Parts: sequence; C-alpha cells; structure tokens
Amino acid sequence: MGMTMSQKILAAHAGLDEVKAGQLIEAKLDMVLGNDVTSPVAINVFEGCNADSVFDKTKIAMVMDHFTPNKDIKSAQHCLQVRSFADKYEIKNYFDVGEMGIEHALLPEKGLVGPGSLVIGADSHTCTYGALGAFSTGVGSTDMAAGMISGKAWFKVPSAIKFVLTGKPAHWVSGKDIILHIIGEIGVDGALYKSMEFTGDGIEYLSIDDRLCIANMAIEAGAKNGIFPVDDVTREYCNGRFQGTPVEYTADEDAVYDETYTIDLSQLRPTVAFPHLPENTKTIDNVGEIKIDQVVIGSCTNGRLSDLRIAASVLKGKKIAKNVRCIILPGTQQIWLDAMHEGLFDIFVNAGAVVSTPTCGPCLGGHMGILAQGERAVSTTNRNFVGRMGHVDSEIYLASPAVAAASAITGYITDPAKV
Amino acid sequence: MDSVKGRVHKYGDNVDTDVIIPARYLNTASHKELAAHCMEDIDKDFVNNVKEGDIMVAEKNFGCGSSREHAPIAIKASGISCVIASTFARIFYRNAINIGLPIMECDEAAHDIKDGDEVSVDFNTGIITNETTGKTYKAEPFPEFIQNIIAKGGLINYIK
Repeated sequence: MGMTMSQKILAAHAGLDEVKAGQLIEAKLDMVLGNDVTSPVAINVFEGCNADSVFDKTKIAMVMDHFTPNKDIKSAQHCLQVRSFADKYEIKNYFDVGEMGIEHALLPEKGLVGPGSLVIGADSHTCTYGALGAFSTGVGSTDMAAGMISGKAWFKVPSAIKFVLTGKPAHWVSGKDIILHIIGEIGVDGALYKSMEFTGDGIEYLSIDDRLCIANMAIEAGAKNGIFPVDDVTREYCNGRFQGTPVEYTADEDAVYDETYTIDLSQLRPTVAFPHLPENTKTIDNVGEIKIDQVVIGSCTNGRLSDLRIAASVLKGKKIAKNVRCIILPGTQQIWLDAMHEGLFDIFVNAGAVVSTPTCGPCLGGHMGILAQGERAVSTTNRNFVGRMGHVDSEIYLASPAVAAASAITGYITDPAKV
Repeated sequence: MDSVKGRVHKYGDNVDTDVIIPARYLNTASHKELAAHCMEDIDKDFVNNVKEGDIMVAEKNFGCGSSREHAPIAIKASGISCVIASTFARIFYRNAINIGLPIMECDEAAHDIKDGDEVSVDFNTGIITNETTGKTYKAEPFPEFIQNIIAKGGLINYIK
C-alpha cells in the first residue's frame, strides 16, 4: 500500500521502509521549537527530570515572540528564564528582541526548516512549515522538553485528506481566502488527527507566502499537519537559505486518503470567518454591514512581506476611517526592514495606521491592541475564539490582508475591489 | 488510581484552549495561578463552584486551538479528576496524558450527561456510570502504559 507524503517523511525519520496510518513510531527530530510562553514550562520539566544536556544545540530554536518586548514583569521573568537556559546550554537558535520575529515567519526565513524536515514545536501553528514540504506539528511543553533531551518524539502515523487545488485564483483571492474556504467546508474538527495534503495544478499560482498561510491554519481544521509538494517555487525560496539538506518527498500514486476534496481556486471569493470559530465563513459578498473598531494586519498567518505589500496597495493614498485603529505588525526584523525600504511604512503611516515591532501581540490578546467590551476587529490572524483578542464580549472577523486593509478605510468589512 | 467519582461541569462543542485558560494569564507557569482563571471566559463561576474530584464533560473537539500545556494543567490544578468528551483536539489529548490529567472519549456519555450529575469513571474497564440516572456507558480504556503515565502524574514522572 502506498504512503502519503507525510507518512514518507515520518517513515524516513523512524528508520523504517514503510509506515501505516495508526502505527506508533519513534522518530528523530530535525528541529525542536519553543516560544516565550511554552519554553518556560518545558524548561521546568527539563530541570524537573534532572536533565543536564540537550541532544543537539543547533537543532533547538527558542523564539521570544508572544509577549515581547516584554509587556509586564511576569513575562519578563519568563524571558529571563529562557535566556538563561539558552546561555547555559549554548542554544544556537535563540532569538530575542532585536533578532526575533514571529516564530513561524522567522524559522523559514532563517532556513532552519525546509523540504523533508521533521519538526515539533510547542506552538500549535508549527504546522506552518508544511508549506516547504516538511512534516511539522504542534506539541505541548512536555513533548518539547522530551524532544530537547532525546532528539526524538513518538507519533501516531496520521491518515490524510487530499485537497486537489485547481485553477488560478482571481485578483484579491489569497492563501488566506483558500484556507478559510476549506475550513468553512470541513469544519474546525474536519481534519482531526489527520494530515491535510495539498496537491493539484493550482498550487503553481500560490506563492510561498500563500502556502505558509494555508499550512499555518491546518490546525484550525484540527489537523496534525498540512503539507505541500516541493516544486520550483519551494526550491527557489529554500535555495541558499535552508541550512539543512533538502529531501523532496512525493506521495505514492497509490497512497490511500480518507477523503478527497477538489477545489477550483478560480471560483473562490475573498472570505471572512465570523465570530467565534474559523469555520463560520462567508464570502465578502455575503458579509452584510459589519462596523469595526480595529484592524490587525500581521501574525504568523499573514505578517509576511507580500501581505504587507497587498495591504499597502489597498491603503496607498487613502485614510483609515475615523475611530478605527489599524495596527500593522511585520513578522520579522527582515520583513520590517524590507517593508521600510520599499516605502510601505510611508503608505501605512500616511494612511493613519501604526507599525509595530514584530510580536504575536494582539493575535492572542497578549498586548499591542487589546479589544474593549463590545468592540469588533477585522484581523489577518488565525483564531476568532471568544475573548481571544481581549474582552470576552469582543468579536474577531478573520480575513486576508486585502480585506483587512479595505475594511480599515471604510470602517466596515469591505471588499478590496470596492475601495 | 483506578476510578474517580464527582459532580459534573458540562460544556458544549469546540471548547477551545483560549477559554480554558485565556492567554492574558500565560505570563505565569504557576499551576495555582492558572487554576484560579480556569474556564474564566466560558464559565466565570467555575472556579468558585469546582470541588476536588469533580468531573468535566463536553461534546466534540474539546481543547481545540493552542498547544498551551497550561490548559490541561489549569484543569487538573483546579481539582478536576477526569474530562469526558465526544472527541478531543489532538494536541490537548497528548498534553493531557503527558501531564497526567485523566481523559475519556465517549460520544454517548458526552451527549447524555448533564450539568450537576454525579458520575463515576472506572479507568481499568472504561465504564462510565451516571450515578444520578443509573445509566452506564462503555469507553475504550487506555492501554496499561498510558494509564501508568497518568497515574504517575505525567510522562516525566513515568520515565524518570
């Protein structure tokens, strides 16, 4: 019986010729990731079991991104704890303020993950790296600690759902609209415990940033991982950047899938997820009149350079609506510099937006844009759960950078084609 | 620990980790502080009502969202002895085992059991009994090694 792309990567890292869905395996890890929220818990576990070394100081990444620059004393203590650990164990890929970015924007950019990698991260959006043809999945802090000690993790080999993407998306339809459409179709547990494997001739029209955005939100359908085949777009991105040796895996012709969905990208419209689940989707044509108070453009989902360029193309020469706060968070220091040199910041600031340092910040209600009672935000982030961005009675509408920017101009959720 | 018995706190579908423990409290790793805010954004009275040994019951996709291990830690530290749900989100499922929070997947029990019912769970047989109605349900018990991980309070105590 053939294997899926995800199964092949797991088999190779477990030293096996073949694996089957449901099989329990132990596999070698290429990268173990943590952030400033999850690493302290992992370090407590690490120290609690009297470990005195890490398996490989080049294969652990710790990124201080959630509550940084530190928003309060407790989060500063957390970063201090992680910083001290990274110093003591000479963790090579420790990224603090000044070097850091949002972890899932940063690791691909730095070439720490690439085709064929097996990655676990104590952050649910670790599934992002599937865009590059890696198997990557989110775990908790105990698994992170065990991974740091042993360099291994156990996995239950997942079955998979195949998504055949065909056709070319229309103008203003991005990776975000594609993944929101898919989650709207299959639901927030539609891929529970499974791989989401993307394939089809439509992929050639998707940039690396589109693919990173799509794979990033696989977890919002409950998936263990999301993964794209490696093509010239991937190779061009990883060439000269990926620090490891790329290995390209392809699913077998006779691989078995639980289900197959075919999605004609040319038929999709800009899509918005209404409160309080990512599956509550409507196309932009059906959103009605939704007045907003805040717009957030950034995050591990949509804080990349192409996202900022799209937002700038919409905002150029326009003004943010009165009483709307528009907060833009470039994903990494490099993205920040590139956006500045391209003149995007002039466009944002002249429009009345603010540009932040890279941080997860408002996405998880941490800092830098918390909502008051009754307020509504259009956000390019990945979750619109109750209270996620602030007050328990606030609302989040998930959308693409184009829709978010257009909405900032009008003060209502707006089709970017109409501003 | 072979069995537990307690009063039920009942919730619906897709209880996410943000309502289990809001991110504004993730600036601490203290189990006690996390427990003080457990379920705050979905049931602000939970922390006042919960008693040691109580049981949490919810419907599908419990624990969806973030990978924060703080979520099962907060539930366990609040005194909950077992979570029963139709299904669990995968990272929560793994984290619960890893930190020693007993969980059971049982669709029928998750649908039937009501808030305030008295429920007992036998981890060896997987039998869930609603003491209030007298009805019993059969869940798949964990294999012995997983039961041992949970009984020892988590993966780290198990391997050390």
